[in-house]
Amino acid sequence: MAATTLERPLGRRTARRAGPSWQRGHGRIALLFLAPALIGFAAFYLVPTARGLWFSFTDYNLLSDPKVVGLGNYGEVLGDRVFWNALKVTGVYVVFNVATQTVLALGLAVLMERLTRSVMIRAMVLLPWLVPNVTIALLWMWLLDANVGFVNHVMEQIGLSKQGFLFSPDQSILTIASINTWRHVGYTALLLFAGMQLIPKHLYEAGRIDGAGEGRMFRQITLPLLRPVLALVLVVSLIGSFQIFDTVAVTTEGGPVNASRVIYYYIYEKAFTQFEFGYASAMSVFLIVFLVALTLLQMRLLRASTSDLA
Amino acid sequence: MKTPRRTLLATMLTLSTLTVTSCGGGGSETPAAGGKVTLTYALWDDKQQPAYQQCADAFQAENPGIAIKITQSGWDQYWTDLTTKLTAGDAPDVFTDHLSRYPELAANNQVLDIQSYVDKDKLDLSIYQKGLADLWVRDGKRYGLPKDWDTIAVVYNTKQVAKAGIDPKEFATWTWNPTDGGDFEKAVAELTVDGQGRNGLDPKFDKTDVKTYGLALETGGGAYGQGQWSHFAASDGFVFTDKNPFGSRYNYDDPKLAETINWYAGLIKKGYMPPYDQAGNLGVTPMMEAGKAAMVTTGSWTISSWGKDFAFAPLPVGPQGRKTMINGLADSIYAGTEHKDEAWKWVRFLGSAECQDLIAKNAVVFPAITTSADKALAAHKAAGRDVSAFVEEAADPQGTFLYPITDNAAKVEQLVLAAYESVMLGKADASTALPAVNTEVNNLFQ
Repeated sequence: MAATTLERPLGRRTARRAGPSWQRGHGRIALLFLAPALIGFAAFYLVPTARGLWFSFTDYNLLSDPKVVGLGNYGEVLGDRVFWNALKVTGVYVVFNVATQTVLALGLAVLMERLTRSVMIRAMVLLPWLVPNVTIALLWMWLLDANVGFVNHVMEQIGLSKQGFLFSPDQSILTIASINTWRHVGYTALLLFAGMQLIPKHLYEAGRIDGAGEGRMFRQITLPLLRPVLALVLVVSLIGSFQIFDTVAVTTEGGPVNASRVIYYYIYEKAFTQFEFGYASAMSVFLIVFLVALTLLQMRLLRASTSDLA
Repeated sequence: MKTPRRTLLATMLTLSTLTVTSCGGGGSETPAAGGKVTLTYALWDDKQQPAYQQCADAFQAENPGIAIKITQSGWDQYWTDLTTKLTAGDAPDVFTDHLSRYPELAANNQVLDIQSYVDKDKLDLSIYQKGLADLWVRDGKRYGLPKDWDTIAVVYNTKQVAKAGIDPKEFATWTWNPTDGGDFEKAVAELTVDGQGRNGLDPKFDKTDVKTYGLALETGGGAYGQGQWSHFAASDGFVFTDKNPFGSRYNYDDPKLAETINWYAGLIKKGYMPPYDQAGNLGVTPMMEAGKAAMVTTGSWTISSWGKDFAFAPLPVGPQGRKTMINGLADSIYAGTEHKDEAWKWVRFLGSAECQDLIAKNAVVFPAITTSADKALAAHKAAGRDVSAFVEEAADPQGTFLYPITDNAAKVEQLVLAAYESVMLGKADASTALPAVNTEVNNLFQ
């Protein structure tokens, strides 16, 4: 394991002390500092998760007491074609959203890094990200409306045919993914841009002296050295992308048919409109297992905690 | 050392995915200040809130010891909100209740049985529109007192009808059938205009370039089609359930329903109605206001949202006569309220002629009491609107059928909506899609 220069002196200092840290009197203070985070974590994540796990083994409609049904809910989930379809729809959304978002953000970050020094322009790419999700969803729903929307109006003016966008079964989920790409691309670009600041400038100078063009320097300097940041960005966007809910809830409500019924919306519907809390919890447990596995796999594949700089 | 820490990080990142946890919002203030009892009253229609505020003011004047606090949230949030508050024991003392929702609430002991109060006060239930009061009785227990009712009629753009050369007087007796759509479809075709100004009956009519659709399309409405297709299906002889209220078998496999839905979806193929994916979910009003559609079937609760260019006509007469769905709302009392007697007083007042006359004057909905409904009709007339179509339909004893009341309403809705949408999108035929979903629906009642 390649330790970074930052970790080394810290490691030496602690090694000099004898005994575990809690005996030295720092433990309590450390605990005090950790308390706000720990309390929040316990109250808002740990306890609800444990309750959710318990509900997943019960038949619970919110209004009467839960009845234990063992693994019944899990069996039903496995046979529920809407659940599998929701996973598929979510998968399409995540792949399309993360792919377009990352590629566009990388392009934007390079432009910000190599072409402009203007803070104005750099700040401007963040604008869509500053608008609340629900507002963005409503805005695009009006813009894309087939009858009174601006986009279709322009398309008809230039001779293209009217499109259903959000309410067409073939375009629905891709439209939602594009809306969120539009919203998040600036933020992702900013993260990548920050990562690019860590790449030593002399590498580019050396590259230029050796006669490398912008394209080659991007492929052989920027991309490899950006990998740890890129990995983090991918993990964060992937998990964020999986959580797609608000845009669907505001615009399509899962329709038409099941074309945009993503997994979180389906879980929400089961829990809060059909009041099958046990069933919804079982789906959530499936999802958590799936996401942990996916995250670990991704971290491993991208070797996120090591840098090529060291 | 590396792996466990990373696992922890990954776990913490993903723990946020288990978000199914109930969160009851505060809202109900039951404790009394200075011996005064405060009751919360929940409703979902913002257009009705001012009228009910007038009722509350009148009630408070008569009952100085009771204060009424009205809370309003939109239909979509209303039931989620109510359920989470019921779970948290923090529900409004009195709330507006819907026929499709009360069976589940009653089954879970969340709604107070008011039969003993009705008996004690010797309340006359015959003042209400026929049949409305008894909808709220299940197994001898009464769960609400009727407040209003609604029916379906046709709303049309008067200018476009005049331009098409149609005399709206013909609408009084127009017919419909699932084969060729009768007079109704002929009117729809005549009102449909393409980019060259040709109407839907013109052999050269270009359905790919429609400027005004004859009939607007409201999305949703899968399982019950209240404003969309229920009246057509019923006038062809379709009946939703084996019995109503509290049926346990749906009849979505009835070929009469399939032919109605296929006719309805056929209007899209002919270019008379907008494609389902282009109908949008902004509602039909913006489309009608913008002149992009000339006519639509709609519920009486939307009356006040139509401008002066619009007028109402009765539904067409089908093979089995003219049929409209009639639906009624009621006020129910939360079983866990600390002020049962005060809550009953308020519900009794809401169901009295005094309050319902106030509602009538606001001309938003039709009150459940027949004499008050007549006053609402007069108030509409004074406002320059002729809404007699809705009232005459309700008065015809053979002309109405009830909103289907069953258990599992939310699940039925989800299943049938998906099947209905696939037909409307042209991806399936009603004669195969509906029987298939009917099996799934009836399995819910096994």
